[in-house]
Amino acid sequence: MRSPDFGFRLGIGVFAAALVLIVIGIGVTLANDSWLSLQKFGLDFWRTSNWDPVAGDFGALPFIWGTLYSSVLALLIAAPVALGIAVFISELSPPVLRAPLIFLTELLAAIPSIVYGLWGIFVLVPIVRDLETGMPESLRALPLFSGPPFGVGMLAAALILAVMVVPFTSAVAREVLKTVPMTQREAAYALGATRFEAIRAAMFYARTGIVGAVMLGFGRALGETMAVTMVIGNNPQVSLSLFAPQYTMAAVIANEFTEAANALYLSALIGIGLVLFIITLLVNMLSRGLIWSMARRLPVNAGV
Amino acid sequence: MLLTACGGGTTQPVTANNAGGADGSQAQPINGAGATFPNPIYSKWFAEYNRLHPNIRINYQSIGSGGGIQQLTNQTVFFGATDGPMNDEQLKAAPGPILHFPTVLGAVVPVYNIPGITDELKFTGAVLADIYLGKIKKWNDPALGKLNPGVKLPATDVTVVHRSDGSGTTYIFVDYLSKVSPEFKSQVGVSTSVKWPAGVGGKGNEGVSGLVTQTPGSIGYVELIYALQNKIAFGSVQNAAGEFVKASVDAVTKAADSAAATIPPDFRVSITNAPGAGAYPISSFTWILLYEDPKDKAAGKAMVDFVKWALTDGQQYCADLGYAPLPSTVVMLEQAALGKIKVS
Repeated sequence: MRSPDFGFRLGIGVFAAALVLIVIGIGVTLANDSWLSLQKFGLDFWRTSNWDPVAGDFGALPFIWGTLYSSVLALLIAAPVALGIAVFISELSPPVLRAPLIFLTELLAAIPSIVYGLWGIFVLVPIVRDLETGMPESLRALPLFSGPPFGVGMLAAALILAVMVVPFTSAVAREVLKTVPMTQREAAYALGATRFEAIRAAMFYARTGIVGAVMLGFGRALGETMAVTMVIGNNPQVSLSLFAPQYTMAAVIANEFTEAANALYLSALIGIGLVLFIITLLVNMLSRGLIWSMARRLPVNAGV
Repeated sequence: MLLTACGGGTTQPVTANNAGGADGSQAQPINGAGATFPNPIYSKWFAEYNRLHPNIRINYQSIGSGGGIQQLTNQTVFFGATDGPMNDEQLKAAPGPILHFPTVLGAVVPVYNIPGITDELKFTGAVLADIYLGKIKKWNDPALGKLNPGVKLPATDVTVVHRSDGSGTTYIFVDYLSKVSPEFKSQVGVSTSVKWPAGVGGKGNEGVSGLVTQTPGSIGYVELIYALQNKIAFGSVQNAAGEFVKASVDAVTKAADSAAATIPPDFRVSITNAPGAGAYPISSFTWILLYEDPKDKAAGKAMVDFVKWALTDGQQYCADLGYAPLPSTVVMLEQAALGKIKVS
C-alpha cells in the first residue's frame, strides 16, 4: 500500500522540482551570459540611459521604464474593461448572449501578436495621431502630452497592450466569479440588496482571484514583444509623455539580438533579459503577497 | 575532378580523392547561417544547385548577420553570411582564418511621405546625414530647397524613421552617412544598430515603410529590393562624381564595378560612396564567409564549387529577384581567391 503512494509522491516531486530547476537554470544562464556587462557596468546598468552599441556603452533604464510604464498604463485601461466583461457575462448577460460573448473575448486571445502589431500600425496609430494632433494646446503643455505627435509611441503601445490583456484578465475573472457560491448572491438578495450590491458582494468574495486575474494580465503585458515594438517607436528614452516614442526590454532584445556580434553588446542584451526576469519575478512575488495579505486580513465571507 | 596542388595538405591523396569523388555517395547537408537580406536569392541558388547536383544539399538559416558570424566562429555551421564585413576583432576570435566572398549587391534608398509632394526629391549625403542627426528639422530647410528647385517643400516637421532592429540595411546606410559626414561619424558611427540622435524606429523594412506611409512629413530608408517589389517611390542621391542617381540594379552594379580597382584581396570593403560615373552611392556587397582551411574537406570542396557556380551561372537569377549582379571584374578576382581555400 505504501509503495504506489511513494511512487506517486516521487513522480510529482520530480515534476515540481523540475519546474524550480528550470527557473533557477534560466536565472543562472542569464547571469552567467551577461557577466561581461554586469562586471563592466555593475549597478549602473540599471541606472543609466545611454544605449550606444557603437561606443559599447549600455544602460537599461529607458527599457525598464518603458516596460513598466506601458504595462501599468495598459493595466489601468484593461482592468476595468476586463472586469466589466467578466461581470456582464457571469452576472448580467442573457443566457443566449453568454456563449457568443465568451467565444469572442477568447478569440481576442487567439490572435497572433504580429497581427495586433499590423493592426496597430495601420489602424490604431493613425487614430492615435489624429487624437494627438487634435488635442488643444493648453493640454499639450502638460508633461503627459508633450512632444511632437508621431502617432507611434507610448499611448499606442499602452492601448494595444490593453486590448491584448483584456481576454486573459476577463477569462480568469469570469471563472473566478463562477466559483462564488449561489448562496452568497441569494443571501445578499434575501437581505434586501440591490443587484449592484449583490454583484459587489460576489466580487468581494472573489477578490483574491480577481487580483490574480489582473496580475496575470500585467505579467502578459510585461513580456509582450512583437505588437509593442511595432507601435512604440523604439526610441530609448525615459519620458512621462504618452506621445513620446519609447522602448521596452522585450522589444530591444528581439530587435537587436540577431545582429549583435560583439561579446559585450550580446552580454548587455542578455543583461536586459536578466533584468526582465528579475522584474517579472518581483511582480509575481508582489502579487502573491498582495493576495495573501488580502486573504488573511478578512474572513472569506465578511463582505456579505 | 583534378586536384589542385595545395601547399602542405597533400600528404593523404586517398582522402583527397574521396573528397573530390564524393559525388556518388549520399552527402551530409552543408549547414550555413547568417544575413536575412540575401536569403531569397540564396534559397533559390541552393535549390537550383541541388537540382544540378542532387547529392549536394545546402541548408541555410537566415538568422541575421551577427548570428551567422557567431555560429561560424563557434563552428556550429560550415559557412556564414553577412551584410557587413567581419572586423579584425571578430576575425581574431575565430579558430581559423576566415575568407569573405561577395555574392550579390544590395542598396538602400531614401523613402519619404510629404503631403502634396509627388516630385522625386534629390538628396546629398550631407543633407541625409543632417536629417538623421536631427539638424534639419523642417522640410523647407534651405539645404533641401537648394537641391530641389521648383519643388514647393512645406514648412512642416521632418519625422525621421529608422530601423529599430539590428540590420545590414542600417549598416550600409550609416556607413555611407559616416563617409560623407564627419559629424555623423563621430556622433553616431557605424554598426548594425546605432544610437540614433532623432526619430522613431520601425521593425524591418515593412515597419519603416509602414511608418513612412502612415506619417505625413516623414523620411525613412529601406532596401532597394523592398522598395521595388512594393512599388514605393524613392528619392535620388548624389554620388561621389556629383551626379544625382536614382537607385537601380544597374546603378548598383556600376558602384561595385567602379570600386573593383581598389578592392583589397580579402574583399572586406565598403563600396558606399563609390567614385564611378552612374554609380549609386548607398550600395554594398553581401558576403559568404568560409574558413580558409575547413575541417571537412569534402564540404569545403562542395562549397567552393557552389560559390564558383553562384558567381557565374547563378548570377542570372539576380534580376528576377531584384538583386544587383556582381560586375565581371569582381567575379574574376573572386574566382582567383577561391583557390586559397584548402580543400585537399
